[in-house]
Amino acid sequence: MVSKRMLVLAPQDNVGVLLEDARKGDTAVCGGVEVVCLDDIEFCHKVALTDIMCHADFMKYGEIIGYALRDIKKGEWVHIHNLDDVRGREGKL
Amino acid sequence: MAQFLGYRRENGDVGVRNQIAVIPSVFCANYVAKGVAGQISGAVAFPHPCGCGQHGKDLEQSFNTLTGIGQNANFGAVLVIGLGCERIHASELAARIAQTGKPVEFFNIQEVGGSIKAIEHGVRIGRRLAMGLSAKKRELCDISALKLGLKCGGTDATSGIVSNPALGLAVDRIIAEGATAFLSELNELLGTENILRRRAKTPEIYEQIASALQECERVLERLTHGIARTSEAAALVSPGNFSGGVSSVSEKALGGIHKSGSCKFSGVLNYAQRPHENGLFLMKAASNDCDVVTSQAAGGAQIICFVTGVGTPTGFPGVPVLKITGNSKTYHKMEDDIDINAGGVIDGEITFPQIGGRIYDEILAIAEGKPTKAELLGHDELWAIGRYECY
Repeated sequence: MVSKRMLVLAPQDNVGVLLEDARKGDTAVCGGVEVVCLDDIEFCHKVALTDIMCHADFMKYGEIIGYALRDIKKGEWVHIHNLDDVRGREGKL
Repeated sequence: MAQFLGYRRENGDVGVRNQIAVIPSVFCANYVAKGVAGQISGAVAFPHPCGCGQHGKDLEQSFNTLTGIGQNANFGAVLVIGLGCERIHASELAARIAQTGKPVEFFNIQEVGGSIKAIEHGVRIGRRLAMGLSAKKRELCDISALKLGLKCGGTDATSGIVSNPALGLAVDRIIAEGATAFLSELNELLGTENILRRRAKTPEIYEQIASALQECERVLERLTHGIARTSEAAALVSPGNFSGGVSSVSEKALGGIHKSGSCKFSGVLNYAQRPHENGLFLMKAASNDCDVVTSQAAGGAQIICFVTGVGTPTGFPGVPVLKITGNSKTYHKMEDDIDINAGGVIDGEITFPQIGGRIYDEILAIAEGKPTKAELLGHDELWAIGRYECY
Protein backbone atom coordinates (compact mmCIF):
# COMPACT_ATOMS: atom_id res chain seq x y z
CA MET A 1 0.00 0.00 0.00
CA VAL A 2 1.34 3.44 -0.99
CA SER A 3 0.35 5.89 1.70
CA LYS A 4 -0.05 9.65 1.04
CA ARG A 5 -0.44 12.40 3.65
CA MET A 6 -3.84 14.08 3.83
CA LEU A 7 -5.32 16.89 5.92
CA VAL A 8 -8.88 16.81 7.28
CA LEU A 9 -9.65 20.28 8.62
CA ALA A 10 -12.79 19.67 10.71
CA PRO A 11 -14.56 16.57 12.10
CA GLN A 12 -17.72 17.21 10.04
CA ASP A 13 -15.78 17.49 6.73
CA ASN A 14 -16.56 15.00 3.95
CA VAL A 15 -13.51 15.94 1.86
CA GLY A 16 -9.80 15.79 2.75
CA VAL A 17 -6.87 17.71 1.22
CA LEU A 18 -3.92 15.76 -0.23
CA LEU A 19 -0.60 17.06 1.12
CA GLU A 20 1.31 15.32 -1.70
CA ASP A 21 0.51 14.10 -5.22
CA ALA A 22 -1.43 10.81 -5.08
CA ARG A 23 -1.93 8.18 -7.81
CA LYS A 24 -5.05 6.10 -8.35
CA GLY A 25 -4.91 3.25 -5.80
CA ASP A 26 -2.80 5.17 -3.24
CA THR A 27 -4.22 5.47 0.27
CA ALA A 28 -4.67 8.99 1.66
CA VAL A 29 -4.13 9.02 5.42
CA CYS A 30 -4.90 11.56 8.14
CA GLY A 31 -4.68 10.16 11.68
CA GLY A 32 -7.27 7.37 11.81
CA VAL A 33 -8.96 8.42 8.54
CA GLU A 34 -7.95 6.40 5.47
CA VAL A 35 -9.35 6.48 1.95
CA VAL A 36 -8.22 4.71 -1.24
CA CYS A 37 -7.95 7.24 -4.11
CA LEU A 38 -10.07 6.31 -7.14
CA ASP A 39 -8.33 8.98 -9.29
CA ASP A 40 -4.89 10.60 -9.58
CA ILE A 41 -5.17 13.56 -7.18
CA GLU A 42 -2.68 16.43 -7.15
CA PHE A 43 -1.11 18.15 -4.13
CA CYS A 44 -3.70 20.31 -2.35
CA HIS A 45 -6.66 18.90 -4.30
CA LYS A 46 -9.58 17.23 -2.51
CA VAL A 47 -10.68 13.63 -2.07
CA ALA A 48 -14.16 12.47 -1.00
CA LEU A 49 -14.03 10.83 2.44
CA THR A 50 -17.49 9.22 2.07
CA ASP A 51 -20.03 8.54 -0.67
CA ILE A 52 -21.80 11.85 -1.38
CA MET A 53 -25.23 11.95 -3.06
CA CYS A 54 -26.05 14.23 -5.99
CA HIS A 55 -26.99 17.76 -4.69
CA ALA A 56 -25.62 17.03 -1.19
CA ASP A 57 -23.20 19.55 0.34
CA PHE A 58 -19.42 19.26 0.36
CA MET A 59 -17.95 20.23 3.74
CA LYS A 60 -14.41 21.60 4.28
CA TYR A 61 -13.21 23.79 7.18
CA GLY A 62 -16.44 22.59 8.84
CA GLU A 63 -18.49 24.71 6.40
CA ILE A 64 -20.27 24.24 3.06
CA ILE A 65 -17.98 24.80 0.05
CA GLY A 66 -20.42 23.68 -2.66
CA TYR A 67 -22.76 20.88 -3.71
CA ALA A 68 -22.35 17.65 -5.70
CA LEU A 69 -23.30 17.80 -9.38
CA ARG A 70 -23.72 13.99 -9.39
CA ASP A 71 -23.31 11.01 -7.05
CA ILE A 72 -19.72 10.88 -5.77
CA LYS A 73 -17.93 7.74 -4.54
CA LYS A 74 -15.63 7.66 -1.53
CA GLY A 75 -12.08 8.19 -2.84
CA GLU A 76 -13.05 10.27 -5.90
CA TRP A 77 -11.25 13.49 -6.75
CA VAL A 78 -13.57 16.42 -5.87
CA HIS A 79 -13.18 19.53 -8.01
CA ILE A 80 -15.08 21.71 -10.51
CA HIS A 81 -16.06 18.72 -12.68
CA ASN A 82 -18.32 17.38 -9.91
CA LEU A 83 -18.72 20.36 -7.52
CA ASP A 84 -20.56 23.64 -8.03
CA ASP A 85 -21.32 26.58 -5.75
CA VAL A 86 -24.30 28.91 -5.79
CA ARG A 87 -22.83 31.88 -3.94
CA GLY A 88 -22.56 35.22 -5.74
CA ARG A 89 -24.57 34.32 -8.82
CA GLU A 90 -28.15 34.17 -9.96
CA GLY A 91 -30.12 31.00 -10.66
CA LYS A 92 -29.45 29.35 -7.30
CA LEU A 93 -30.46 25.73 -6.81
CA MET B 1 4.21 46.62 24.97
CA ALA B 2 6.22 46.18 21.78
CA GLN B 3 7.69 49.25 20.14
CA PHE B 4 9.30 50.07 16.82
CA LEU B 5 11.24 52.94 15.29
CA GLY B 6 8.88 54.96 13.09
CA TYR B 7 8.28 58.48 11.82
CA ARG B 8 5.88 60.28 14.14
CA ARG B 9 3.65 62.71 12.25
CA GLU B 10 2.00 65.97 13.33
CA ASN B 11 -1.36 64.29 14.15
CA GLY B 12 0.17 61.38 16.11
CA ASP B 13 0.05 58.89 13.21
CA VAL B 14 3.26 56.96 12.62
CA GLY B 15 4.85 56.32 9.23
CA VAL B 16 7.10 53.36 8.44
CA ARG B 17 8.49 55.23 5.41
CA ASN B 18 9.30 58.93 4.96
CA GLN B 19 8.32 59.76 1.38
CA ILE B 20 6.66 62.53 -0.58
CA ALA B 21 3.40 61.71 -2.37
CA VAL B 22 2.85 63.57 -5.64
CA ILE B 23 -0.89 63.26 -6.28
CA PRO B 24 -2.70 64.43 -9.41
CA SER B 25 -6.22 65.57 -8.51
CA VAL B 26 -7.29 64.50 -12.02
CA PHE B 27 -5.89 62.24 -14.75
CA CYS B 28 -5.02 65.33 -16.82
CA ALA B 29 -2.19 66.02 -14.34
CA ASN B 30 -0.70 62.48 -14.48
CA TYR B 31 2.11 63.38 -16.87
CA VAL B 32 3.25 66.35 -14.79
CA ALA B 33 2.96 64.39 -11.51
CA LYS B 34 5.13 61.57 -12.90
CA GLY B 35 7.59 64.12 -14.30
CA VAL B 36 7.92 65.83 -10.95
CA ALA B 37 8.21 62.66 -8.84
CA GLY B 38 10.86 61.27 -11.19
CA GLN B 39 13.17 64.14 -10.37
CA ILE B 40 12.84 64.20 -6.58
CA SER B 41 14.56 61.59 -4.44
CA GLY B 42 12.03 59.90 -2.15
CA ALA B 43 8.99 61.09 -4.11
CA VAL B 44 6.35 58.76 -5.58
CA ALA B 45 3.62 59.67 -8.08
CA PHE B 46 0.04 58.40 -7.94
CA PRO B 47 -1.27 58.63 -11.53
CA HIS B 48 -4.91 57.50 -11.95
CA PRO B 49 -7.85 57.67 -14.40
CA CYS B 50 -10.28 59.61 -12.13
CA GLY B 51 -11.05 63.12 -10.88
CA CYS B 52 -13.46 64.36 -13.55
CA GLY B 53 -16.49 63.13 -15.52
CA GLN B 54 -17.61 61.23 -12.42
CA HIS B 55 -20.74 61.61 -10.35
CA GLY B 56 -22.23 61.04 -6.92
CA LYS B 57 -20.90 58.13 -4.91
CA ASP B 58 -18.30 57.17 -7.51
CA LEU B 59 -16.83 60.69 -7.46
CA GLU B 60 -16.94 60.69 -3.66
CA GLN B 61 -15.12 57.35 -3.48
CA SER B 62 -12.32 58.61 -5.76
CA PHE B 63 -12.03 61.81 -3.71
CA ASN B 64 -11.86 59.82 -0.46
CA THR B 65 -9.22 57.51 -1.90
CA LEU B 66 -6.96 60.36 -3.05
CA THR B 67 -7.43 62.07 0.32
CA GLY B 68 -6.61 58.88 2.21
CA ILE B 69 -3.42 58.24 0.23
CA GLY B 70 -2.28 61.81 0.95
CA GLN B 71 -3.12 61.35 4.64
CA ASN B 72 -1.25 58.00 4.91
CA ALA B 73 1.51 58.46 7.50
CA ASN B 74 4.17 56.90 5.23
CA PHE B 75 4.10 60.21 3.36
CA GLY B 76 5.64 63.05 5.37
CA ALA B 77 4.71 65.68 2.79
CA VAL B 78 2.36 65.87 -0.19
CA LEU B 79 2.27 67.80 -3.44
CA VAL B 80 -1.15 67.90 -5.16
CA ILE B 81 -1.21 68.84 -8.84
CA GLY B 82 -4.43 69.82 -10.63
CA LEU B 83 -5.28 70.93 -14.14
CA GLY B 84 -7.61 73.74 -13.03
CA CYS B 85 -11.09 72.89 -14.37
CA GLU B 86 -11.69 69.41 -12.89
CA ARG B 87 -14.32 68.05 -10.49
CA ILE B 88 -11.79 67.12 -7.79
CA HIS B 89 -10.09 70.47 -7.40
CA ALA B 90 -6.46 70.46 -6.28
CA SER B 91 -7.03 73.15 -3.62
CA GLU B 92 -9.86 71.15 -2.04
CA LEU B 93 -7.91 67.87 -2.10
CA ALA B 94 -4.85 69.61 -0.60
CA ALA B 95 -6.99 71.15 2.16
CA ARG B 96 -8.43 67.74 3.09
CA ILE B 97 -4.98 66.14 3.23
CA ALA B 98 -3.62 69.10 5.23
CA GLN B 99 -6.07 68.28 8.07
CA THR B 100 -3.36 65.85 9.21
CA GLY B 101 -1.04 68.82 9.84
CA LYS B 102 1.60 67.55 7.39
CA PRO B 103 3.13 69.94 4.82
CA VAL B 104 0.89 69.96 1.72
CA GLU B 105 1.27 72.17 -1.35
CA PHE B 106 -0.71 72.40 -4.59
CA PHE B 107 -0.85 74.17 -7.95
CA ASN B 108 -2.79 74.01 -11.23
CA ILE B 109 -1.17 73.35 -14.61
CA GLN B 110 -3.44 75.88 -16.39
CA GLU B 111 -2.32 78.64 -14.02
CA VAL B 112 1.40 77.80 -14.18
CA GLY B 113 1.35 77.69 -17.98
CA GLY B 114 1.48 74.13 -19.37
CA SER B 115 3.34 70.88 -18.84
CA ILE B 116 6.97 71.92 -19.00
CA LYS B 117 6.60 74.95 -16.75
CA ALA B 118 4.43 72.88 -14.39
CA ILE B 119 7.10 70.19 -14.05
CA GLU B 120 9.73 72.81 -13.29
CA HIS B 121 7.42 74.48 -10.76
CA GLY B 122 6.61 71.13 -9.15
CA VAL B 123 10.23 70.04 -8.94
CA ARG B 124 11.13 73.28 -7.12
CA ILE B 125 8.31 72.72 -4.60
CA GLY B 126 9.16 69.01 -4.28
CA ARG B 127 12.81 69.77 -3.60
CA ARG B 128 11.82 72.12 -0.78
CA LEU B 129 9.49 69.49 0.72
CA ALA B 130 12.26 66.85 0.46
CA MET B 131 14.72 69.12 2.29
CA GLY B 132 12.19 69.52 5.11
CA LEU B 133 11.56 65.75 5.34
CA SER B 134 15.26 64.90 5.37
CA ALA B 135 15.51 66.30 8.91
CA LYS B 136 12.91 63.82 10.17
CA LYS B 137 14.33 61.03 12.40
CA ARG B 138 12.81 57.69 13.41
CA GLU B 139 11.73 57.50 17.06
CA LEU B 140 10.34 54.77 19.32
CA CYS B 141 6.62 54.36 18.73
CA ASP B 142 4.06 51.98 20.19
CA ILE B 143 3.09 49.03 17.99
CA SER B 144 -0.55 50.08 18.39
CA ALA B 145 0.17 52.79 15.79
CA LEU B 146 0.46 50.11 13.10
CA LYS B 147 -2.33 49.51 10.61
CA LEU B 148 -2.01 46.40 8.46
CA GLY B 149 -3.80 45.68 5.21
CA LEU B 150 -4.56 41.95 4.73
CA LYS B 151 -4.86 40.53 1.23
CA CYS B 152 -4.34 37.33 -0.68
CA GLY B 153 -3.87 36.94 -4.42
CA GLY B 154 -2.84 34.14 -6.73
CA THR B 155 -4.52 31.81 -4.24
CA ASP B 156 -4.04 28.06 -4.27
CA ALA B 157 -5.16 25.54 -1.69
CA THR B 158 -1.99 26.08 0.39
CA SER B 159 -3.18 29.64 1.08
CA GLY B 160 -6.19 28.37 3.02
CA ILE B 161 -4.42 25.64 4.97
CA VAL B 162 -0.99 27.19 5.64
CA SER B 163 -0.15 30.79 4.81
CA ASN B 164 -3.44 32.49 5.71
CA PRO B 165 -3.64 30.73 9.12
CA ALA B 166 0.07 31.56 9.71
CA LEU B 167 -0.54 35.24 8.95
CA GLY B 168 -3.63 35.04 11.18
CA LEU B 169 -1.43 34.11 14.15
CA ALA B 170 0.72 37.22 13.60
CA VAL B 171 -2.40 39.37 13.16
CA ASP B 172 -3.96 38.05 16.40
CA ARG B 173 -0.77 39.01 18.27
CA ILE B 174 -0.58 42.49 16.73
CA ILE B 175 -4.28 43.19 17.35
CA ALA B 176 -3.88 42.00 20.98
CA GLU B 177 -1.09 44.58 21.27
CA GLY B 178 -3.53 47.32 20.27
CA ALA B 179 -2.87 47.70 16.55
CA THR B 180 -5.31 47.79 13.63
CA ALA B 181 -5.89 45.53 10.62
CA PHE B 182 -8.19 45.63 7.60
CA LEU B 183 -9.77 42.56 6.00
CA SER B 184 -11.46 43.23 2.64
CA GLU B 185 -12.31 41.04 -0.37
CA LEU B 186 -16.05 41.09 0.42
CA ASN B 187 -16.91 38.83 -2.51
CA GLU B 188 -14.48 36.30 -1.10
CA LEU B 189 -16.24 36.18 2.24
CA LEU B 190 -19.38 34.61 0.78
CA GLY B 191 -19.85 31.35 2.66
CA THR B 192 -18.09 32.50 5.84
CA GLU B 193 -21.18 33.98 7.50
CA ASN B 194 -21.16 31.43 10.36
CA ILE B 195 -17.58 32.37 11.24
CA LEU B 196 -18.19 36.10 10.89
CA ARG B 197 -21.23 35.86 13.18
CA ARG B 198 -19.06 34.31 15.91
CA ARG B 199 -16.31 36.86 15.36
CA ALA B 200 -18.37 40.09 15.36
CA LYS B 201 -17.87 42.03 18.61
CA THR B 202 -21.61 42.69 18.89
CA PRO B 203 -24.78 41.47 17.09
CA GLU B 204 -25.08 44.98 15.59
CA ILE B 205 -21.63 44.67 14.02
CA TYR B 206 -22.61 41.29 12.56
CA GLU B 207 -25.71 42.95 11.05
CA GLN B 208 -23.44 45.51 9.36
CA ILE B 209 -21.18 42.73 8.07
CA ALA B 210 -24.12 40.65 6.80
CA SER B 211 -25.64 43.64 5.05
CA ALA B 212 -22.31 44.47 3.36
CA LEU B 213 -22.10 40.87 2.09
CA GLN B 214 -25.71 40.92 0.84
CA GLU B 215 -25.09 44.18 -1.02
CA CYS B 216 -21.95 42.66 -2.59
CA GLU B 217 -23.76 39.45 -3.58
CA ARG B 218 -26.58 41.43 -5.25
CA VAL B 219 -24.06 43.28 -7.42
CA LEU B 220 -22.29 39.99 -8.24
CA GLU B 221 -25.55 38.34 -9.28
CA ARG B 222 -26.09 41.21 -11.73
CA LEU B 223 -22.52 41.08 -13.06
CA THR B 224 -22.51 37.30 -13.55
CA HIS B 225 -25.94 37.25 -15.25
CA GLY B 226 -26.18 34.29 -17.60
CA ILE B 227 -23.24 32.39 -16.14
CA ALA B 228 -24.44 28.87 -15.44
CA ARG B 229 -21.49 27.43 -13.53
CA THR B 230 -19.01 28.78 -10.99
CA SER B 231 -16.22 27.17 -13.00
CA GLU B 232 -16.88 29.35 -16.09
CA ALA B 233 -14.17 31.86 -16.86
CA ALA B 234 -16.21 34.99 -16.09
CA ALA B 235 -17.26 33.75 -12.66
CA LEU B 236 -15.76 34.44 -9.27
CA VAL B 237 -12.72 32.22 -9.09
CA SER B 238 -9.67 32.60 -11.35
CA PRO B 239 -8.17 29.81 -13.50
CA GLY B 240 -5.04 29.79 -11.30
CA ASN B 241 -7.19 29.21 -8.20
CA PHE B 242 -8.86 26.23 -9.89
CA SER B 243 -5.59 24.59 -10.92
CA GLY B 244 -4.34 25.17 -7.37
CA GLY B 245 -7.15 23.00 -6.03
CA VAL B 246 -9.68 25.68 -5.03
CA SER B 247 -13.09 24.65 -6.41
CA SER B 248 -15.52 27.41 -5.37
CA VAL B 249 -15.78 30.95 -4.06
CA SER B 250 -16.94 29.61 -0.69
CA GLU B 251 -13.90 27.35 -0.42
CA LYS B 252 -11.63 30.27 -1.32
CA ALA B 253 -13.43 32.44 1.25
CA LEU B 254 -13.18 29.87 4.05
CA GLY B 255 -9.44 29.70 3.46
CA GLY B 256 -9.05 33.45 2.99
CA ILE B 257 -10.74 34.54 6.20
CA HIS B 258 -8.00 32.82 8.26
CA LYS B 259 -5.56 35.61 7.43
CA SER B 260 -7.46 37.83 9.88
CA GLY B 261 -6.76 35.36 12.71
CA SER B 262 -9.40 34.62 15.31
CA CYS B 263 -9.85 38.09 16.86
CA LYS B 264 -13.17 39.93 16.88
CA PHE B 265 -14.32 42.46 14.28
CA SER B 266 -14.78 45.99 15.66
CA GLY B 267 -16.79 47.30 12.72
CA VAL B 268 -17.30 47.79 8.99
CA LEU B 269 -15.54 50.55 7.04
CA ASN B 270 -16.40 52.00 3.64
CA TYR B 271 -13.91 51.97 0.80
CA ALA B 272 -10.81 54.00 1.80
CA GLN B 273 -12.33 54.96 5.18
CA ARG B 274 -10.04 55.57 8.15
CA PRO B 275 -11.21 53.90 11.39
CA HIS B 276 -11.80 56.04 14.50
CA GLU B 277 -10.46 53.37 16.85
CA ASN B 278 -7.95 50.52 16.75
CA GLY B 279 -8.80 46.86 16.13
CA LEU B 280 -9.81 44.55 13.29
CA PHE B 281 -12.16 45.99 10.66
CA LEU B 282 -13.94 44.68 7.62
CA MET B 283 -13.33 47.19 4.83
CA LYS B 284 -15.76 47.28 1.91
CA ALA B 285 -13.51 46.54 -1.03
CA ALA B 286 -13.84 43.69 -3.52
CA SER B 287 -11.25 41.11 -4.40
CA ASN B 288 -9.21 42.80 -7.14
CA ASP B 289 -5.70 43.15 -5.69
CA CYS B 290 -5.35 46.80 -6.76
CA ASP B 291 -8.80 47.90 -5.51
CA VAL B 292 -8.22 46.28 -2.13
CA VAL B 293 -4.65 47.37 -1.43
CA THR B 294 -5.43 50.93 -2.57
CA SER B 295 -8.44 51.08 -0.23
CA GLN B 296 -6.39 49.73 2.68
CA ALA B 297 -3.52 52.19 2.06
CA ALA B 298 -6.05 55.02 1.80
CA GLY B 299 -7.55 53.84 5.11
CA GLY B 300 -4.15 54.36 6.69
CA ALA B 301 -2.40 50.97 6.35
CA GLN B 302 1.37 51.51 6.49
CA ILE B 303 2.15 47.85 5.62
CA ILE B 304 0.27 45.32 3.48
CA CYS B 305 0.54 41.60 4.32
CA PHE B 306 -0.09 39.74 1.08
CA VAL B 307 -0.50 35.95 0.94
CA THR B 308 0.01 34.15 -2.36
CA GLY B 309 -0.17 30.53 -3.47
CA VAL B 310 0.91 30.48 -7.11
CA GLY B 311 3.02 33.64 -6.72
CA THR B 312 2.66 37.34 -7.57
CA PRO B 313 5.34 40.06 -7.76
CA THR B 314 3.23 43.21 -7.16
CA GLY B 315 3.82 46.20 -4.89
CA PHE B 316 2.42 49.60 -3.93
CA PRO B 317 4.09 53.03 -4.12
CA GLY B 318 5.34 54.13 -0.70
CA VAL B 319 3.58 51.31 1.21
CA PRO B 320 5.60 48.09 1.67
CA VAL B 321 3.87 44.88 0.58
CA LEU B 322 5.06 41.76 2.43
CA LYS B 323 4.60 38.55 0.39
CA ILE B 324 4.00 35.23 2.15
CA THR B 325 3.43 31.88 0.46
CA GLY B 326 2.47 28.47 1.85
CA ASN B 327 3.70 26.75 -1.29
CA SER B 328 7.41 25.86 -1.13
CA LYS B 329 7.55 25.19 -4.90
CA THR B 330 6.27 28.71 -5.56
CA TYR B 331 8.77 30.19 -3.12
CA HIS B 332 11.72 28.48 -4.77
CA LYS B 333 10.52 29.47 -8.25
CA MET B 334 9.80 33.11 -7.32
CA GLU B 335 12.25 33.80 -4.50
CA ASP B 336 13.04 37.23 -6.03
CA ASP B 337 9.48 38.34 -5.28
CA ILE B 338 8.35 36.49 -2.15
CA ASP B 339 9.57 37.39 1.34
CA ILE B 340 8.45 34.47 3.52
CA ASN B 341 7.99 30.75 2.83
CA ALA B 342 5.50 29.17 5.24
CA GLY B 343 5.40 25.95 3.18
CA GLY B 344 7.63 24.12 5.67
CA VAL B 345 4.55 23.65 7.86
CA ILE B 346 3.19 21.09 5.36
CA ASP B 347 6.39 19.02 5.52
CA GLY B 348 6.68 19.34 9.29
CA GLU B 349 9.89 21.40 9.06
CA ILE B 350 8.44 24.31 11.04
CA THR B 351 5.40 24.70 13.30
CA PHE B 352 2.53 27.18 12.98
CA PRO B 353 3.61 29.16 16.08
CA GLN B 354 7.17 29.37 14.68
CA ILE B 355 6.11 30.69 11.28
CA GLY B 356 3.53 33.02 12.87
CA GLY B 357 6.36 34.43 14.99
CA ARG B 358 8.56 34.87 11.91
CA ILE B 359 5.83 36.83 10.13
CA TYR B 360 5.32 39.03 13.22
CA ASP B 361 9.09 39.73 13.43
CA GLU B 362 9.22 40.50 9.70
CA ILE B 363 6.33 42.99 10.01
CA LEU B 364 8.25 44.83 12.74
CA ALA B 365 11.49 44.75 10.73
CA ILE B 366 9.66 46.23 7.73
CA ALA B 367 8.11 48.85 10.01
CA GLU B 368 11.64 49.88 11.00
CA GLY B 369 12.78 50.24 7.39
CA LYS B 370 13.69 46.79 6.06
CA PRO B 371 12.60 46.81 2.41
CA THR B 372 10.28 44.11 1.10
CA LYS B 373 11.28 42.32 -2.11
CA ALA B 374 8.56 44.14 -4.07
CA GLU B 375 9.85 47.45 -2.70
CA LEU B 376 13.46 46.66 -3.66
CA LEU B 377 12.40 46.07 -7.27
CA GLY B 378 10.19 49.17 -7.38
CA HIS B 379 6.91 47.33 -7.92
CA ASP B 380 3.99 49.78 -7.79
CA GLU B 381 1.18 48.21 -9.81
CA LEU B 382 -1.29 47.77 -6.93
CA TRP B 383 -2.20 51.47 -6.95
CA ALA B 384 -5.62 51.84 -8.65
CA ILE B 385 -8.72 53.59 -7.36
CA GLY B 386 -11.63 51.16 -6.93
CA ARG B 387 -14.77 52.38 -8.69
CA TYR B 388 -18.08 52.45 -6.86
CA GLU B 389 -20.08 49.18 -6.84
CA CYS B 390 -17.36 47.29 -8.67
CA TYR B 391 -16.95 43.88 -7.06
